[in-house]
Amino acid sequence: MGPLVPDIIGNDLNFIVALIIGIFFGIILEQAGFSTSKKLVGLFYGYDFTVLRVFFTAGVTAMVGVMALSHFGLLDINLIYINPTFLTSVIVGGLIMGLGFVIGGFCPGTSVCAAAIGKIDAIIFIIGSFLGVLIFAETYPIWEELYLAQNWGNPQLFSMLGISQGLFAFLFVLLALFAYFIVSMIENKANGIKKPAVRFTPYYISLAVIGFALAISAFFFPDKKISLIEMSKNQEVVQNYELNYITADELACRLMSEDKRIQIIDFRPSADYEKLALPKSISFTIDNLFEKEPSKILYLRHKKNILIAKDDEEAKRVGFIANELGFKNIRVLKGGFEEFEKTILDFAPVAEFASDKTSEKDTYRFRFRASQMLPKLIKDNKPAGTVQKKQKRVVGGC
Amino acid sequence: METTKYMNPYLAGVLLGLLLLATIYITGRGLGASGAFKSAAVATVEAVAPTHVENSKFYAEYSKEHQGSPLMNWLVFEVIGVLIGAFISGVVSNRLTWKLEKGPRISSKTRIAAAVIGGILWGIGSQLGRGCTSGAALSGMAVMSAGGIITMFAIFGGAYGFAYFFRKFWI
Repeated sequence: MGPLVPDIIGNDLNFIVALIIGIFFGIILEQAGFSTSKKLVGLFYGYDFTVLRVFFTAGVTAMVGVMALSHFGLLDINLIYINPTFLTSVIVGGLIMGLGFVIGGFCPGTSVCAAAIGKIDAIIFIIGSFLGVLIFAETYPIWEELYLAQNWGNPQLFSMLGISQGLFAFLFVLLALFAYFIVSMIENKANGIKKPAVRFTPYYISLAVIGFALAISAFFFPDKKISLIEMSKNQEVVQNYELNYITADELACRLMSEDKRIQIIDFRPSADYEKLALPKSISFTIDNLFEKEPSKILYLRHKKNILIAKDDEEAKRVGFIANELGFKNIRVLKGGFEEFEKTILDFAPVAEFASDKTSEKDTYRFRFRASQMLPKLIKDNKPAGTVQKKQKRVVGGC
Repeated sequence: METTKYMNPYLAGVLLGLLLLATIYITGRGLGASGAFKSAAVATVEAVAPTHVENSKFYAEYSKEHQGSPLMNWLVFEVIGVLIGAFISGVVSNRLTWKLEKGPRISSKTRIAAAVIGGILWGIGSQLGRGCTSGAALSGMAVMSAGGIITMFAIFGGAYGFAYFFRKFWI
């Protein structure tokens, strides 16, 4: 599961990755024509909208891509950098940058790109930006209040607007397509081109088709967590879902023989877990199943994962989510911990057990023995505690 | 030799989008540019006036967030890559020239002054915006960050609002 940094790609190798990504970034920007200020500002005077086209297309492609990767469990959205929202600061900063754009003719990335091919105005612009940072640093006390005001954390815009991720991305792609259409008309007008901006040629038709396909595809990648948790509330689906179970008796037997091949994952509320937990069991939440680092322990080979939840209904729900997420070697404790407590821990011996069947007699004897042994085992073996979650969000931004 | 035409903007956009996606998948962060300028500025001040760095709040906060030398920074390496990549592309498409580009109605001096002022504004604005067009607007759009998308609209909205007053610079 991504991001690959820091556990698959180390922090040092990451610098090499940065260099390589930068090279591709430079090539694409230069090939698109971002190395000339006249082309860049064309956007603001109506004669050249290349910047808008490249920029919007890149944004929506990456947006749908991020959704798809996280939908298929390849990217942990909780670990990637989401730009913070300091509302007043980002608006004022954005307006200042906008002013800088029409005066200077570049933005930082494009100035580097233009400087690389010998544009003198770009080199001067870079010196200016460098001075700008110094000025900001020296006058920081003036800005500080504005800089830190209205800290909204790191929200994603769709949740702020109260709509689903899919709908947001769909509307955003449509907005981009609409913008392409409008700017093509403006561009032709500004440049005195009489031909209609959009014609029924294979080029425009395929552009529109690809664009709409991208917009629609946004709905195919709903946030897996939200949709799975939503689905798990549907009793009909969950009750009829096929799961591998382990009975309370079998679990008791494995605990008594101190079976090393089982791993107990406890999904009960943490208060219950603290009161009474099985030996070496790990406290987990449903959220952990979707996270990169905590979910790793469920992939350990040669280990059977025994999922424990409060009651039968909750056990089925947890099993459903874990199974849908593709975890292997999963056994769900039948009837939940409630059942385990009832049949094993709180086993009430009767004065005289009357049954002719040998199997029933055996079960009775086994449960009696388990109810004697397990409380001692529980007392002697501490549970493992909450699952570890060391990885933090990547620090990014400028 | 004639210079090659620029790439189709939609194709360039898709390629840039895929690169950004790969960046997020590999590193967990997006592309950027202004952060490298910031690192370079901090490194310079650290070298020239180390005592000043210790007493200034801005630098203190920077070193709290970043460990080690300010130049050992992801964006510094990425921006060096941009320089190399753009140079390669310029060679391939035969676009390498020393040139001061300006609108037809202004002098070279005005263009130089405008480039410096524009740069200064970006230097200040990108601090407040927590990133520039790449780091805040483009990468923010990819992860649907509210802050990033608001910055994007502020940059482009601002530029359209101010464009009229500076039209002489360009057309």
